[in-house]
Amino acid sequence: MSPTTTKEISIGDVAAREAAGITQMEGEERMALNVGPSHPTTHGVLRLILELNGDMIEKCEPVLGYLHRGDEKIAENMTYNQFVPYTDRLDYLAPLANNVAYAISVEKLTGLELPERCQAIRVLVCELARISSHLLGMGVFGMDAGAWTPFMYTFTEREKLYTLFEELTGARFTTSYTRIGGVARDIPDGWLDRVSKFCDELPLATDEVEKLLTRNRIFLDRTEGIGQISKEDALAYGLTGPNLRASGIDLDLRKDKPYSGYEKYDFDVPIGTRGDCYDRYLVRIEEVRQSIRIIKQVIADFPSGAWYAEDAKKIFAPPKEKILSSMEELIQNFMIVTEGPQIPSGEVYFEAENPKGALGFYIVSKGGGVPYRMKIRAPSFCNLSILEKLVPGHLLSDITVILGSLDFVMGECDR
Amino acid sequence: MIDQDFIDELLAKHSYLGFISHEDCLTLSCNRDHWVDFATYLSLEETFDLLVDLTAIDHGEDAEIRFSVVCHYYSRVHHDYIRAHVECASNENPEIPSLSSIYPSADWHERETFDMFGIRFSNHPNMKRILMWDEYPYFPLRKDFPLAGIDTPLPAPDVVEVTKASVEPAPMMGGPFVSSGSGPMSDSEPRAKDESWTEKSEKPG
Repeated sequence: MSPTTTKEISIGDVAAREAAGITQMEGEERMALNVGPSHPTTHGVLRLILELNGDMIEKCEPVLGYLHRGDEKIAENMTYNQFVPYTDRLDYLAPLANNVAYAISVEKLTGLELPERCQAIRVLVCELARISSHLLGMGVFGMDAGAWTPFMYTFTEREKLYTLFEELTGARFTTSYTRIGGVARDIPDGWLDRVSKFCDELPLATDEVEKLLTRNRIFLDRTEGIGQISKEDALAYGLTGPNLRASGIDLDLRKDKPYSGYEKYDFDVPIGTRGDCYDRYLVRIEEVRQSIRIIKQVIADFPSGAWYAEDAKKIFAPPKEKILSSMEELIQNFMIVTEGPQIPSGEVYFEAENPKGALGFYIVSKGGGVPYRMKIRAPSFCNLSILEKLVPGHLLSDITVILGSLDFVMGECDR
Repeated sequence: MIDQDFIDELLAKHSYLGFISHEDCLTLSCNRDHWVDFATYLSLEETFDLLVDLTAIDHGEDAEIRFSVVCHYYSRVHHDYIRAHVECASNENPEIPSLSSIYPSADWHERETFDMFGIRFSNHPNMKRILMWDEYPYFPLRKDFPLAGIDTPLPAPDVVEVTKASVEPAPMMGGPFVSSGSGPMSDSEPRAKDESWTEKSEKPG
């Protein structure tokens, strides 16, 4: 190798080096580094096998599966309602959004129309889940870049949200709130007022986070221009959610293919321009503001009436006071619990815009109460597939920032 | 939304496609030899620039054609999905051409499908397991694989020597309970759906 070639091509320019056929420069040594599976920056159990040239990453091989529990196999062996708690454990930072996505997929197969109040409740909990997930995403992203304080602010707000979830569902974390054909219970008295109050307080906290991060020189140096994903790459690798929108693609399933009455609400879809780590942070913080906007509209015009599908005798078990006082409802409840909601045969694919991206359920039914095959299309799984292409050419210290900005959850990725 | 004109035109242009249904989204069957051609067409000449999902279905051990691969494409112009089914020729060594050169997102989905069903994707750059470990001998989402799992040695002999550990099945006798809903009362009593390992039958593997 002539010394002139080594001068012209920088060490980090992997593509140029490959084109020039240079595999190893003079005096350099490669090092294999194993990051994870248990490492603070992997937010769970992701393992990366890196090939380093000094501080420069030349190759990255993600290894998954450390949290694989066989959810799809389990789904084939239980009734539709029994699977609801398992959906909590997919993206465990936004269980309510998973519950809703799953319930809508199965309902789509039956062609069931839900009353307006039920749809409004679902939109409300989805947006609360989005706020909760983004608050965590932004908080830990700041922490990954070395800023501890924003995390404290976002977690204080998240704590208030969990209190609201507890009042609504009885659980703070694993909510299991939806049922096929409705939700587990109606909203409690005075709950909407408390959500309103939360929505009034939250902008103060997000402003505080913005003051700490958005114009922070260190944060900007760590994130701007790092982990840039082009529009073409983002689409080719099947990215969805804030990660796709940060690359400048205007795709939000709440607007593109509205479900559960999202078309009634007025909100903007923030998109990025450069697709770097900084843009992904900006998109998330703006999405929190848009979610507050949606929640305020839902509360302002909250429909009355039934909160579950009343005419779905073989799908939704009636409320408990009816079961305990009437024979017909008792039998109905018994059948739904033992045999599961009766779903016609067919196949369906539904994607919901979850905080992490598009969560899809592909369900094949042969009739009865148990699915024949259920595939879960996890947004984190698809968002991580770009790592092999994205990471090479960055410094080792950029790994934490890139992973933090992609905001993934391994529970969902490995299923 | 995809309308009838679009479907008619698509079917007229490509004789290897078969119409299955248009309920939740347009569902087509595709000839195995044209699986890649169809994906190329959708990506280059139509606006389906997202391959959102790719998976497989096991139709059961007795089925004439046991495995089929299902793929979902999304178009940001039509705001709609296309679902394409393709059947695997062999039940013993199922194989389908890979789409990863056209849609890089298919790469991991195909690895997962191979991992779970044992369907190989030809021309795939890195056809190995993704969720289970490389040495794992079974394909867990096949219908003949028991829910409880099968005894499997650990891939690290040095660890096994010291710890005597192995992967052990977990019986599901405690549930989940599902009633078949048919036949006499004694048969339709709720019970675990997969009874390959209970008090009465031997542990699989």
